[in-house]
Amino acid sequence: MSAPVFEPVVGRYLRVDLLGKPHRLYVEEAGEGVPLLCLHTAGSDSRQWRAVMNDPGILSRFRVIAFDLPRHGKSSPPAGWHQELEYRLTSRDYADIILGVADALGLDQPVVMGCSIGGRIVLHLALDHPDRFGAVIGLQSGGHVAPYYDTQWLYRPDVHGEVSAAVVSGLIGPAATDENRWETLWHYMQGGPGIFKGDLYFYKVDGDIRGRLSEIDTARCPVHLLTGEYDYSCTPDDTRAAAASIRGAEAVIMPGIGHFPMSEDPEGFLAHLRPVLDRILTERRS
Amino acid sequence: MIERLAERVNGDERLVYRGRFVDTTFLIGVGDESWLVRIRDGRIDEVRKGPFVMPRWTFALRASADSWRTFWSPTPPPGFHDLFAMIRFGRLAVEGDMHPFMANLFYFKGVLGALRSPA
Repeated sequence: MSAPVFEPVVGRYLRVDLLGKPHRLYVEEAGEGVPLLCLHTAGSDSRQWRAVMNDPGILSRFRVIAFDLPRHGKSSPPAGWHQELEYRLTSRDYADIILGVADALGLDQPVVMGCSIGGRIVLHLALDHPDRFGAVIGLQSGGHVAPYYDTQWLYRPDVHGEVSAAVVSGLIGPAATDENRWETLWHYMQGGPGIFKGDLYFYKVDGDIRGRLSEIDTARCPVHLLTGEYDYSCTPDDTRAAAASIRGAEAVIMPGIGHFPMSEDPEGFLAHLRPVLDRILTERRS
Repeated sequence: MIERLAERVNGDERLVYRGRFVDTTFLIGVGDESWLVRIRDGRIDEVRKGPFVMPRWTFALRASADSWRTFWSPTPPPGFHDLFAMIRFGRLAVEGDMHPFMANLFYFKGVLGALRSPA
């Protein structure tokens, strides 16, 4: 009998109070070293980070951690969720959840890397909590996104939730293989009712940070931005505009890639991420 | 070009299956020209070229001839590679009752994408 083939990734449930309620939060981690906390996109879950969590060069230097936001992936909503009219993620709640998880895990100056809504909240974290984080990496990160379709379609009983995947399918760039494209879309197809729409409340309404970007002090919390060329949600121009507003931040545009770099084109993305991680480690030592 | 839609869609078994509950007529506007596309059970029944007198349709997808040409090119550049990308940049207008379109979005992305020339 051959030995089981396990990845280095270990998943566990964290008991933690978030937003004043007990939660059972699903957390994955792999590797040892500087904590690297990874935040998934709206309506998806931590499986998006599977390539980062399996990269030997990263795992030898970083403790990579990804958790599913409440209601996403294997993190159920808190008790009583059925009595709410509708879920809406706010900037304050999102930041409190991330800080709560980082505290519960005892992370010291973690590097936090987020994509899309995650790419937005890391800007909030760099601005409002610069001394809590060693650095932030924003993927598909911009100060705001103007609504370009009616998000009501994402949550109504006469339209299947599969629509969330159909809406985002074009956000994947042509460099993606079919396997990674449809893996990425599957995560969206599995999203609970209304969670994608609720996350977009942060992305399109509450999380607008355009006017405050210039207040970010990258000497206290370095900011790294990487954006895929084919993203029309957070466009390369949106990221360039954010970088222009944040003194000391640089934007890298990733050719052929779309809105989900780590999930849609893992190898292409890692080639862009590695120099950023190297630089973060060098700066952290000095 | 548009006339080939029936052959392309009906020849794609998985796409027809995906649209098996779709029963509607929609309009494709290409610049000043337009086509009515009648769909029954996911199969294209009829593609009719305008001009029309009092046409009936549930929703219309309208873009300039240049935008559609770029969308249908073998490897469209960013911003032209998806219906929602075209919507985002104001190149594609969706009008009318969008329910069948949104409820079957994968299907309609497949139908419009079926006219894309092979790379």
